[in-house]
Order: sequence, then C-alpha cells, then structure tokens
Amino acid sequence: MSVAIVGVGQTPFSRNCGISIRELCFEAFRDALEDINLTPKEIDASIVCSAPEYDKQRSPAGLVSEYLGLTPKPTFYAESICSSSSTGVKVGYSFIKSGLQDTVAVIGFQKMSEISSAEVQERMGRGADIQWESPFGTMMPAGYAMYAHAHIQKYGTTEEQLAKVKVKSGKYSLLNPLAMYRRAVTLEECLEARVIASPLKLFDCCANADGASCVIMASEEKAKKITDTPVWVAGIGAASDTLSTTSRTNLTGLTCAVEAAKQAYKMAHIEPKDVDVVEVHDCFTIAEIMAYENLGFCKPGEGGKLIEESQTYIGGKIPVNVDGGLLSKGHPIGATGGSQIRTIVLQLQGRAGKTQVDGAEVGLVHNIGGIGVYGNVTILRR
Amino acid sequence: MIFVSFGKFGKMSYISETKVADFVKHLEEGKIMATRCSKCGKLYFPPRADCPDDLSTDMTWEELSGRCKLLTYTTAHFAPTGFEDDLPYTIALAQCEEGVNVYALLSKDIKENETHIGMDLRLTPLRLPNGKITYELKKA
Repeated sequence: MSVAIVGVGQTPFSRNCGISIRELCFEAFRDALEDINLTPKEIDASIVCSAPEYDKQRSPAGLVSEYLGLTPKPTFYAESICSSSSTGVKVGYSFIKSGLQDTVAVIGFQKMSEISSAEVQERMGRGADIQWESPFGTMMPAGYAMYAHAHIQKYGTTEEQLAKVKVKSGKYSLLNPLAMYRRAVTLEECLEARVIASPLKLFDCCANADGASCVIMASEEKAKKITDTPVWVAGIGAASDTLSTTSRTNLTGLTCAVEAAKQAYKMAHIEPKDVDVVEVHDCFTIAEIMAYENLGFCKPGEGGKLIEESQTYIGGKIPVNVDGGLLSKGHPIGATGGSQIRTIVLQLQGRAGKTQVDGAEVGLVHNIGGIGVYGNVTILRR
Repeated sequence: MIFVSFGKFGKMSYISETKVADFVKHLEEGKIMATRCSKCGKLYFPPRADCPDDLSTDMTWEELSGRCKLLTYTTAHFAPTGFEDDLPYTIALAQCEEGVNVYALLSKDIKENETHIGMDLRLTPLRLPNGKITYELKKA
C-alpha cells in the first residue's frame, strides 16, 4: 500500500504577521483542503510541528487541533527544530502505512516575530551543547560559517560561489508570491553586505519569519477518492549527527544528510540522476552548496562549481530551490519542511506556474534540523 | 567531598550541576582535564562521566597538554543576547594533540588576517572579569 500527499497549503511568510498561531495554522490548513474532496471531520489524526522556544503557548497541538475543528481525533506535537514538519510527515507516513489511520494532517508553524533577532539567536545558540559550546556565544550563523571556512580551505570554494546561491534565490523569489523577500540581488550587493559570521555575510543568511504550512496525507485507497492528482511518497530517510561540534568528524558536509539521502534513494529505488526537481535546506548559502554534494548531485567539493555553472537553475542539470528557498522565503522554523514539500508537490502536479520544471516526475526534499543534527530527505513521485 | 558548581564555567552558564563539575576545580588550578574510560581506554573531551561505548562510569581525569591545531573558525559580528559586548569574537574548533577536539574562543591577541586553518594554538585557562573561569585558544 502506498501513501500519498493529497493536499498542501501555506500562508505567506512574513515578519510581524499580525495574527495568532492558531490563525496562521488555520490559513495553511484551509489552503491545503482547497480543491480536494476532504473535510476536517474526515481527518483521522493531526501532527503539529514547531520549535517550542518561540511561542508563549505551551503544548500547541491541543490548541491547533481545536481551532481547526479536529477534536476528538488524536493530535500531538513533533519537533526536530528546523526539520520538525519533515519529521511530522515521516510520522504521518508511519501512521498510514501501519493502518492505524487513513488520513493525517501535518501542520507546521512558527511565529518568531514576538521576540527580537538577538533573543532568537540566543535560543538558537542553546540548540548547541549548552554545557560546552553555548557559553562561548555560539549561534546558527556561526555554526554554518565554521563549515564554510572548512569547505573553502579544503576545496577552494569561493565567497563568490556562496553569493551566487543567493543571486539564484533572489531571481526565483520574484515568482513566489508567498516569499517574505521578493527581490533580485546582485553578486556585488551580496559580497559587499556586512559580515554576520565570517565568511557569511547578510545575504548568505536566511531570516526569521512567521508562517505556517500544511501537508495532508492519505492511504492509497483514500487518496484516489480525495484527489485526481495524488503525489506518492516514494522514499523517506532520517538520520542524526552529534549535537556537539567537537564530536563531528566531517566539517565540509552534513553526515546526517548523506545518511538520510542514502536511505531515501534506496527506498525509492532511484539514484540522484533520476531526480527532476529539488528543495534543499538553504538556511545559509554554504548549506545549499553542501546539500548538492551530500545528495549526490555532484562530487564532494564540486558544489561551488555546480552553482558557478548555473546548473541548479531551471534548464540546468538539476533545478534546486526554484521557489526562492529559505534565503528568500524566510525560515519560520516549524513551517519550513512543509513549505518545501508543498513546492515539490505543486511541481509534480504541474501547478508550479512560472517556475514549473517541465515534465517533473520525481522530486526531492532535503530538510535539516539544527547545525546538521537532524537530517531528513523525502522523495516524492507523481 | 567539596561541592563544586559548574556554574562558574564560561561567560554565560546554562547549567550548574554535572558529574564532571570537578573540571572547574582543575581549571582553577590551571589544568585542562579530559576523562578517560578505565574500561575501554577512550579519551573524552569535553569530559564525560559516562562512556556510551561500554556503559562504564569508571572514568579517570587526565590533563591535556594544551597543544592543538585550528580546524575551523568564524569571526562573529552579530551576537546572541548576553554576548554583544564581546563583538567581534572568533569561535574556533581545534584538535588537541591527544586527538580530541575543543570548542573555544580564539584569544583577542590573534588578528583575523593571521588566523588560518592548521595554525598551532595553545589551550589555556582564562579567568573572566566577572569572577568566572573558562579556557581560550592562544597563539602557540
């Protein structure tokens, strides 16, 4: 029995969205149910995904479930920081595959604008080892910047190549009405921007955002009644790496992504060359370059060259993040994985509008939690 | 046994209780200590009280030489709450000659343009103005 994604939804990603988390979730949920033959009362379970540090509401699953009209069906919370909603989709897959439930709603959200950027970084810093690393003032950009320096040193990757990832992101952001930053940026702007954590500059970093996403999943039998265009979950991989930087053995790639990709490719019986369109977790430009390598779209060390040659644009060898990615959409932590899945589902349904990759049959989502701690790769098929 | 709080470690401390709180006592004496599992012989830094390889809790303290090489680094120009006054500061990962890695700040004496991966460094205890204690990576 196969498991399908039958509906996807997303709110605009923004700063200071002006509404509450339950309302954000409702908007994404309503969007996901649009045009499909399914009502809230027919959904068997919900999984609510976010990182718990940013909202005042404790235990948001109960709140969201009630507001979406999903009680008395089971609901609970799933968290793997920035990959929470990919984790939710994996759990939803397991529920349906086991026969426990026929339909599951995975709702990811985050409202980060209630606290300042510095406070956000302090909370993110505590996503590192609080005993031995957070006392040194670490934060997300610093963690990825350390990977960037190591990658530059080992492979000769350049700051221009990093910047070119953002130039691509900016180009496609103009075509995504839900993106927070809809603006093209030049290579010069990227290179001249202020340094956040060397060698990463302002445009090498994604921004905090408010937003929600929703993925509705169903069993094969149900899926065919709900929609004419189900998208099938062909492969799911998940892996972890050490939380502490000191225990990492690879400083030029994310081992958790390599392992998750290996699992997903094996389950889907495909190779990297069979993938038509990709969403990667470009929380920083270096993260996208490492993702090219870790997913097998090029050899280790050749990620910089791949973007240099524009091979990850539409029309290139493998189109990546043609919705603008996290770098332009913004990164409302718990909503991000669901947003990436939404982009790939729309591509495989032929509904991606101006960013449609012609004839896309197989898509891949790479969603990472923390600084390479939680690796999630999901392969979808038309 | 004298109770030592781990809360003295680092500019900002997020925990005070740990089985390896004696690390702070040794640090006050100028020694940077790792732990070694008595059963399998594996060396741990940062120190651990429990060995996941054989589930042993029989660990002994062992002093590190402090000699290490820079693996990677970043100079932060934006800081989380509580660290703003230190900007800019350079976070580094270094490999000790004993094979274990250490995460620490580079000494302010080392200029950004002379910082390079592979450079020799010395891990050294550092007393902070607020009475707390940590370690930093200095020029070898």
